[in-house]
Amino acid sequence: MPVEIDVTTVYIEDRPYPMDPEQNLLHQCLSAGFNLPYFCWHPALGSVGACRQCAVKQFKDEHDKHGRIVMACMTPASDGTRISIKDSEAAAFRAGIIEGMMLNHPHDCPVCDEGGECHLQDMTVMTGHDYRRYRFEKRTFRNQYLGPFLNHEMNRCIQCYRCVRFYREYAGGADFNSFALRNLVYFGRDKDGVLENEFAGNLVEVCPTGVFTDATLKRHYTRKWDLEFSPSICTQCSLGCNISIGKRYDTLRRVVNRYNGEVNGYFLCDRGRFGYEFVNSERRIRQSRLRTEAIGPDAAKRHLRDLVASNPGVIGIGSPRASLESNFALRALVGPDRFYAGIPSSELELLRLMLDILRSGPAGTPSLREVESSDAVLVLGEDVMNVAPRMALSLRQSVRQQPIEIAKRLHVALWQDHGVREVLQDAKGPFFIATSSATRLDDIATECCRGAPDDVARVGYAIARALHSSSPEPQDLADNQRAFVESVTNAFKMAKRPLVISGASYRNIGIIRAAANVSRVLPGATLSFITPECNSFGLAFLTGTSLEAAIKAKPTAAIVIENDLYRRLPAPEVDSFFSQCAHVVVLDHLENRTTTRAELVLSTATFAEADGTLVNNECRAQRFFGVFPPSETIRQSWQWLGEWENLDRVIADMSGGVPGLSGIAQAAPSAAFRMSGAKVPREPHRWSGRTAVLANITVDEPKPPVDLNSPLSFSMEGNPDQPPAALIPFFWSPGWNSAQATNKFQEEIAGPLRGGDPGVRLIEAGQGEGIPMASRAAESDEDARLSAPNRDRQGADAFNGALFASVPSAFQPRENEWLIIPLFHIFGSDELSRAAPAVAQLFPDPYLALNADDAAKFGAEASVMGRNLPVRVTPGLPQGVAGLPSGLPPLEGIMLPAWSGISRI
Amino acid sequence: MIYNEPSPLEVKVISQRFTLPNSAAIDTYLATDGYLAVKKALGMTPEAIIDEMKASNLRGRGGAGFPTGMKWSFVPRKTDKPRYIICNSDESEPGTCKDRLLMENDPHQLLEGMMIAGWTVGSNKGYVFIRGEYRYLIDIVDRAIAEAYERGFLGKNVFGSGWDFDIYTHTGAGAYECGEESALLESLEGKRGIPRLKPPFPAVVGAWQSPTLLNNCETFSAVPAILRMGGPAYAELGTPKNGGTRLFCISGHVNKPGVYELPLGFNLLRMIDEVCGGMRNGKKLKAVIPGGSSSPVLKAQECDVPMDFDSMAKLKTMAGSGGVVVLDEDTDIVQLAMRTMKFYQHESCGWCIPCREGTTWLKKILDRFHEGDGRSEDIPLIGELARNMLGRTFCALGDAAAMPTIGFIEKFRDEFEAHLLKTQDPQSPELIVL
Repeated sequence: MPVEIDVTTVYIEDRPYPMDPEQNLLHQCLSAGFNLPYFCWHPALGSVGACRQCAVKQFKDEHDKHGRIVMACMTPASDGTRISIKDSEAAAFRAGIIEGMMLNHPHDCPVCDEGGECHLQDMTVMTGHDYRRYRFEKRTFRNQYLGPFLNHEMNRCIQCYRCVRFYREYAGGADFNSFALRNLVYFGRDKDGVLENEFAGNLVEVCPTGVFTDATLKRHYTRKWDLEFSPSICTQCSLGCNISIGKRYDTLRRVVNRYNGEVNGYFLCDRGRFGYEFVNSERRIRQSRLRTEAIGPDAAKRHLRDLVASNPGVIGIGSPRASLESNFALRALVGPDRFYAGIPSSELELLRLMLDILRSGPAGTPSLREVESSDAVLVLGEDVMNVAPRMALSLRQSVRQQPIEIAKRLHVALWQDHGVREVLQDAKGPFFIATSSATRLDDIATECCRGAPDDVARVGYAIARALHSSSPEPQDLADNQRAFVESVTNAFKMAKRPLVISGASYRNIGIIRAAANVSRVLPGATLSFITPECNSFGLAFLTGTSLEAAIKAKPTAAIVIENDLYRRLPAPEVDSFFSQCAHVVVLDHLENRTTTRAELVLSTATFAEADGTLVNNECRAQRFFGVFPPSETIRQSWQWLGEWENLDRVIADMSGGVPGLSGIAQAAPSAAFRMSGAKVPREPHRWSGRTAVLANITVDEPKPPVDLNSPLSFSMEGNPDQPPAALIPFFWSPGWNSAQATNKFQEEIAGPLRGGDPGVRLIEAGQGEGIPMASRAAESDEDARLSAPNRDRQGADAFNGALFASVPSAFQPRENEWLIIPLFHIFGSDELSRAAPAVAQLFPDPYLALNADDAAKFGAEASVMGRNLPVRVTPGLPQGVAGLPSGLPPLEGIMLPAWSGISRI
Repeated sequence: MIYNEPSPLEVKVISQRFTLPNSAAIDTYLATDGYLAVKKALGMTPEAIIDEMKASNLRGRGGAGFPTGMKWSFVPRKTDKPRYIICNSDESEPGTCKDRLLMENDPHQLLEGMMIAGWTVGSNKGYVFIRGEYRYLIDIVDRAIAEAYERGFLGKNVFGSGWDFDIYTHTGAGAYECGEESALLESLEGKRGIPRLKPPFPAVVGAWQSPTLLNNCETFSAVPAILRMGGPAYAELGTPKNGGTRLFCISGHVNKPGVYELPLGFNLLRMIDEVCGGMRNGKKLKAVIPGGSSSPVLKAQECDVPMDFDSMAKLKTMAGSGGVVVLDEDTDIVQLAMRTMKFYQHESCGWCIPCREGTTWLKKILDRFHEGDGRSEDIPLIGELARNMLGRTFCALGDAAAMPTIGFIEKFRDEFEAHLLKTQDPQSPELIVL
């Protein structure tokens, strides 16, 4: 969205530069490409003026030769400002600040995890401070245990306060703080313990030096310059955060944030950052096998081909965690009619409905950047923190949108972070949550409304009704629901950028319909659906037939890709399916119950070894690239299943053959792309393994592996210039070795990457090429709809789509039976990160969630669905509703919500 | 009680009740014109009161000397937010001990001043933020507040005006930094005592996001007298632009140290000789710290000067908080510089780097220098580090540490050099012992 801004002229070293007067000088100098050192400022956190590192000389006018030192981060870029960065007094002061920080900073760079990508190192070199005048002892601190993700080395701290500002003020954490004063300021917890905040891992990148470093990296440590990187996409929820993955030898070493201005910005969640280690798991399938015998790749492929040829009824079962290309390859192999989604109909139908709703609009679906700038939010039936964690961080910022107007009225510049926070204090904009139990965002909610999933849907319908009389009216709402509806309605009427968030967590169609109705009657609203997995929407583009239909088809042979069916359906159903299937082929990368049922198991690439496209929850198709060179034994699903020359051929076939996917080729440049004739190197130019990595085998320098699928090379050779945004393997720029090098890749600081943020949206607001909603209504949905909206005075132009009409009836608790709903856990509910040792330390044990009254009835343990489980009191669960953690063995595969008795033990 | 004999040269305006028996009691206060000023104020418009304050030329007694009337006029009246009156009694500037006497001996005068301020800016709530170490004063001020409530002077409908006003006490936890007004607000709100960014200034966004009038204890205490005698009459007591009297806390090598109320512009040498009975033991005057430990030192030859804000500024020092420290010829300036820096190092809040690291490093250098392990390059380094703080730290604490240090090193460089020579000389008696 183009925003008109005034442009002012600021003179730097007497040369004019156009600048944004709404910004500070540091931000604008960096945007203009100047190297000005800083510490406490962070593009996402704003200015607080603590470190005094970005000092420049400011002059009153062109005749002023004396000037005075000001902090660039605290000075507005107002018209006619004249500054000098080179000024000798300012430069000496900046070197003096570094000297001050170095009084106590240990000289442990050679053994520090941060070395080689340390902002403090970079800034020290930039200021020129190189001689030590301090002749006293350094102070020492005691370090803390902070959990499985982060190391703590407080002696390295330069007290820039970024960590505490990110943790408490930006991410809403409470168990981390600054303690003591003068030169003893300490950042940590009040006692040792696991950091509670789900975004704590960002401290690795927020900390300008090595106080907080990646503990998972430490266990297989490699310097940044010795890692080989690829641009990748996180596969651990549906948001599609952009990540940069680094490997050395045969292990994946770490994941860091890859800035995408529209999606994840500067931050990741801890599951995304630390869940990568399943790639190195001992459960990896590294060799194909026929029954119990290992089998070579060519023989394996031959066997698959023969099997398909001799079983004309073979079906394919796809997966929401496999790429579009792999799913498409399976679909192409078995034929679209025999390709099944690999997820239950209860989920698939919801995904298809969501796509229909988004296609017909008018509400568009927001990127995370747009979520962040929403000024009134309603969450219907989603525990956002545990299902789509990064979005929760965006929502924490969205509640500042309305109060920030107060700061504007008082003329407090919005980049003055603490000035704004003083003005805002605890003021929060409208944020409403309707769910069946407490969520981790309740602390910022204006109001929460708890009810069974059907009641959540009814509340949603009631809000739509209150906004527009065409929407159907739920009868007999309870008083608390009515009050909630009124609050939401009032807030939405005042809002400029209202947002409705919903999703498939409760497998409740009413919630999604209600969310659609609210978004349709609310002018200017956006609608965000959270989907269960990284490519759920991509899968829904490819097929409309569910896993149950696959079972019903009673095939004699089945090919399953990257999918543990035992996590999808109850074990007896999956067992009987496999029993009646004469031939089962499974392509996957981790051993699971499904692979044990296979006649042929094909060792398949993880995201770190594969290239492909994922469609995130905003229908943004994003390309990921593998970081491991191609392997004979481990291949990508689409390579096992077809004979395509390279990824681009699959994409070409798919975009021509599947409606809605024609745009995906634009997600990233094709393999033929070259920069001045050269590929984009995956390795930093200081990569030291070139002649050493294989020296124990041969001293010849081997030819780098060939990458047919991407314009990236497995080499340090290539074009050193900045590649297109979708191909940036790692952020590095001369003099900027840390994550702060991101500055050099953006059009302006905190703005889009040069050439635009990566990814291509497959559905734009209300103008998708998809099927109009009314036509699908007849085939998939008995729901009676209003064929045309009743237009009335209030909102004559407010919408052009149809409204859903069938309001579910109110939830009725049953005698001796409970509606068991799924409860999600950021650490534990996701399949793949379960195999990452660091994440595994934080799993909850399986439990039965009850409200306090029910818990009192059953005591410490109870039996549900044939299992004895400890009882956990979960606030907010309505009467007659209980919960089980989703995806936690042995509870995976249970279809929830479901009714069940609970009995005493 | 009072701690020193009064001087006949004093002009007693705000300390007039100090010597009365039971001076803190409300009846003593009422018997000596107490609460007349607030009654008068309630009959005046806020504009008229502010005019009176401006006419008095009263300047903030906390140290900065900002004109009080002007500060009051900055508080917006058209706002739907509550407005707060905050009395800064977090008196911790070394050399300063006046707020303590005002609260101990005449707490009602302070309360009345705050009430007048409250009425003027349309506030209904005041806080007395008292230094944590002044534990006993909290009881005294609380007792005075209770007395005022008992008589109906505080609470609902003050003196039948229809206006409500409450006053509470609140204590700091012993941090010097919390005497800085914005850090005080953070502390009052229950947060870490670090300074805030200005603007917005407290008058616009102060406590709890609301317009806040923050004045020093002595400033508020002068308000009732100003309203009683009228602004111009109060101004007359002092020099132009420096109205009225103030409490000078004179310590150091004089015969009669103490807290004396004298008109602004009173000559410094007369203060030493006539008010304080001259130098102790007949020693010669070497230097004076004129306005609390953060004000740059004056050499003896600079001391024939009127003590007011503008005269001090001309000498590149500050009238500050009125803490006058008189130093005789035997004073070791190196030790004084070391001890001063020890205080600021200890009190640095740790927010910004030049102050946090600068004070720490300076303290270590000065310690070592004083102990005899100094080097010749230390002297310029001390100056350099201090100048790196001056005007470049986040709040004034860095300036407060830098200014006196620069003063010592510039005005008494010879002493530093002599100290170095003495301690480095292998023939010096201390070293011969080895």
